[in-house]
Amino acid sequence: MTNNKRELCLSGTGVTKIFGFGNRKTVAVDHVDFNFYSGELISIVGESGSGKTTLIKMLLGLTSVTEGEIFFMGKKRDISSHEKKKEYWRGIQAIFQDPFSSYNIFSKIDSVLLDCIHMRGGRRLPKAKKIEMMREACSFVNLKFDEMTNKYPFELSGGQMQRLMIARVFLLKPKILLADEPTSMIDACSRATILDMLLKLRDEIGMTIIFITHDMGLAYYVSDTVYIMEKGKFVEFGTADEIILAPKAEYTKQLLDDIPKIHDPWEFSRNKKSTA
Amino acid sequence: MKAHLRSVVRSGKFMVGFIIFASILLFSFIYPFFNPGNPLAMIGYNSFTKPGTYISLYDSMETRRTYIFRLPEAELARVASKLDDRDRGLIREWLILFNKQENAGIRESEIDIENTTSLLSLWWEYYTEDIRVEGLTIAGRRELSRLDQRLDGLFYTDDRHVMSYNQETGEHDILFAVITVDDYVHIDDVANSIHLPLGTDGFGRDMLKQLVSAIGTSLWIGLIAGCVATSIGLVLGLVAGYVGGIVDDIIMFITNLFTVIPGFVLLILIANSMTQFERGPVTVAIVIGLTSWVWTTRSVRSQVMSLRNRDHVNLSKLSGHSMPRIIAKDVLPYLASYVVMAFILQISSGILSEAGLSMLGLGPSTTTTATLGLMMDWSIMKSTAHITGAWWAYYPVIIVIALISFSLNLMNTGLDQVFNPQLRD
Repeated sequence: MTNNKRELCLSGTGVTKIFGFGNRKTVAVDHVDFNFYSGELISIVGESGSGKTTLIKMLLGLTSVTEGEIFFMGKKRDISSHEKKKEYWRGIQAIFQDPFSSYNIFSKIDSVLLDCIHMRGGRRLPKAKKIEMMREACSFVNLKFDEMTNKYPFELSGGQMQRLMIARVFLLKPKILLADEPTSMIDACSRATILDMLLKLRDEIGMTIIFITHDMGLAYYVSDTVYIMEKGKFVEFGTADEIILAPKAEYTKQLLDDIPKIHDPWEFSRNKKSTA
Repeated sequence: MKAHLRSVVRSGKFMVGFIIFASILLFSFIYPFFNPGNPLAMIGYNSFTKPGTYISLYDSMETRRTYIFRLPEAELARVASKLDDRDRGLIREWLILFNKQENAGIRESEIDIENTTSLLSLWWEYYTEDIRVEGLTIAGRRELSRLDQRLDGLFYTDDRHVMSYNQETGEHDILFAVITVDDYVHIDDVANSIHLPLGTDGFGRDMLKQLVSAIGTSLWIGLIAGCVATSIGLVLGLVAGYVGGIVDDIIMFITNLFTVIPGFVLLILIANSMTQFERGPVTVAIVIGLTSWVWTTRSVRSQVMSLRNRDHVNLSKLSGHSMPRIIAKDVLPYLASYVVMAFILQISSGILSEAGLSMLGLGPSTTTTATLGLMMDWSIMKSTAHITGAWWAYYPVIIVIALISFSLNLMNTGLDQVFNPQLRD
C-alpha cells in the first residue's frame, strides 16, 4: 500500500474525554491525535482500562467529546441533531464486544436486519426484495436465513450472534466499521471465522475497519496499521511490521512479551522465572 | 414469554394470592345478582341488629298452615330463652352473697349460669323476699324481687288468643287466632323474612350488601390510584433516567421534595382543602395517586440509567431509531416485570390509603356509594359499634381490607420470585 494513494477517512486532533470533576476527575482519553485511512484495517491495542472503548464511543458519537475535534471524510463532524446523527451513522457503524447483550431480547432477528434495510432507505421495497437482501447478508456470513428467521436472539450461539452482527454491517455498508473486541467473548474456532469475515468486508466492500483488541498477536495477524494505547494516550503507531518487529515504546515491548508462545512453553516459563 | 407465564402459574405464592383476590372479586360480582337492590337502603329501624334471620311476627300469625310438634326439650328451651344473661348474672350474684352470709354450703362451682335447671332450683330453694343479704342496695333488692315474680311466669303455657282490633267500634273483639305451645309454622310459609348474614350497621343497612358494593368501589379507587401513581412514576422515571442531565436534575429535585414530605400528611392537606362536595371516590383516588408515585420514579430511574448504556440500546441508536422508539422498544420491555409489580403494590396501598383517609373523615364524601374506609368510619361514628359490641359492623371490613392487601402483596412477592431467579426457592 503506497502512501500517496491513501485517503483520510477519520481523523482527530486532541480528542479528550474526562469523566467526573474536581477530585474525582478521571481522564479516560488524553489528547489523542489519529489519522485513519480508507480501506485499511487499523488495530488499536491496549490493556483493559486504557481508554479504547471510550474512544470508540466518542468516535461513534454515543459519548460527548470533552475536548478536541473529530473529522469525518475530511470535514468536521456535525452530530448536533438526530437527523445529522442518523446521516453520520450511515457512514460509521460498530460491532460490540458482548454479542449476548448486543441484542434486544424482546425483538426477533428479522427486525434487526430489517432496521438496516430501512436505514439504507429501503423502507418501500417489496417484501420479496427485502428477504432477498437479508438472505444475501446471511449467506455472506455463512448463516442460513431460513434457520434464522422468526427466531429470538437468545436462541442463537455466541458465534452466530456475532456473525449476524457482521451481516447487519454488510447490509448497512458503512464507510467505517468500529469493531470493539468482537472476538473476545467467542471460542477460538469462531474467532478465526469472524476475523476472516472482517477481512472480507475490507477486501470486498472496501470498508475501513478499526479493530480494538488487547491481543498483540491478533493485531499482527489482521491489521495494516497498529495504534498502541496506554492510559488514554497513543504511545506508538505504525504499520503492523514496524510495531511488531521493531517496537520503540517500552509498553509495546511489554505487550509483545505477554503474548503466549505455543512452540516452546517450557522455555518460556523458565525464562520468566529466571528474570523474575 | 410462554415460559414466564408457566412459571407464574407454578409459583405457589402468586397462585394463593391470585385465588384469594379472584374469589373476593368474583364474590363482589356475583352477589348483587342474587341480592339486588340499593346496598345503602336503610331497611332497619334499629341500629346494629345482629347477624341472622329475621321472621315477620305478623306474617307468622297469618300463616295458614300450622303444624303440631311435641318436643321434650321445648319447654326448657322456652324457659331458658326467657331468662337473659343479665337475669342469670343477678341470680348468681345473689346466691354467692347469700352463701357467704349464711354459710348455706353451696359450692361456687354448683352455680352454673349456663345450666338453667340447676340455677333455678337453687334460686327457689334459698330465695325469699324477707332475707336481707348484706352488700345489696335497695334498688338491687327491689330488682331481685321483681325478678322472682317474673320467674313464676316462666312456665306459663296457656293458649294465647290473638284478637283483631276493630277500628269502627274501637274494640278488640274478633278472635283472630288461638296459639298453643305446640304450634309451629314452616319458615317458607311465612310471607316475609329477611336474612342478614352480617346484620345491619348503625343506620339499619344490610352489612353484607354494603360490604360487597364497597369492595367494588374500593378496588376501583385502588385501580385508579394505582394507574395514576404508576403512570406518573413510570413516565418521570423513564425521562429522568434516559435523558439525564438537567432534565434528570429537575425531576429528581421534585421527586426528592415529595419524598421528604410525608405522603399521608400531604394527602390529608389536599383532601382537607377540598370542599365536601368535590370529594367523590374518583377525586380521592386521583389525590392518592398524585401523592404516591415517588418510589416508582426513583426505582424506574435507576433501572433506566443502567439500561441506557447497554449495547443493545447503543445498537438501536446506531440503527437511527428515535428516542421515543428506543424508550418504548428497547428500555420499557426490560422494565415491564418491575412495572407490573409496582402497579400491584400501588393498588394495595391505594386501598389502604383510602381506608386511612376515610377513618379520619377525609375520605369520599358520599351517601350514595360505600367504600371499605367509609364503612369503617360509619361503624365508629358516634363511637358506637365497638362499645355496644357490634363486631359485625367492623370486623368483616377489616378482614376484607387485610385479605385484599395480603393477596396483592402475595402476588407481588410471587411475581418477584418468578422474574428474579435469585429469589427462587
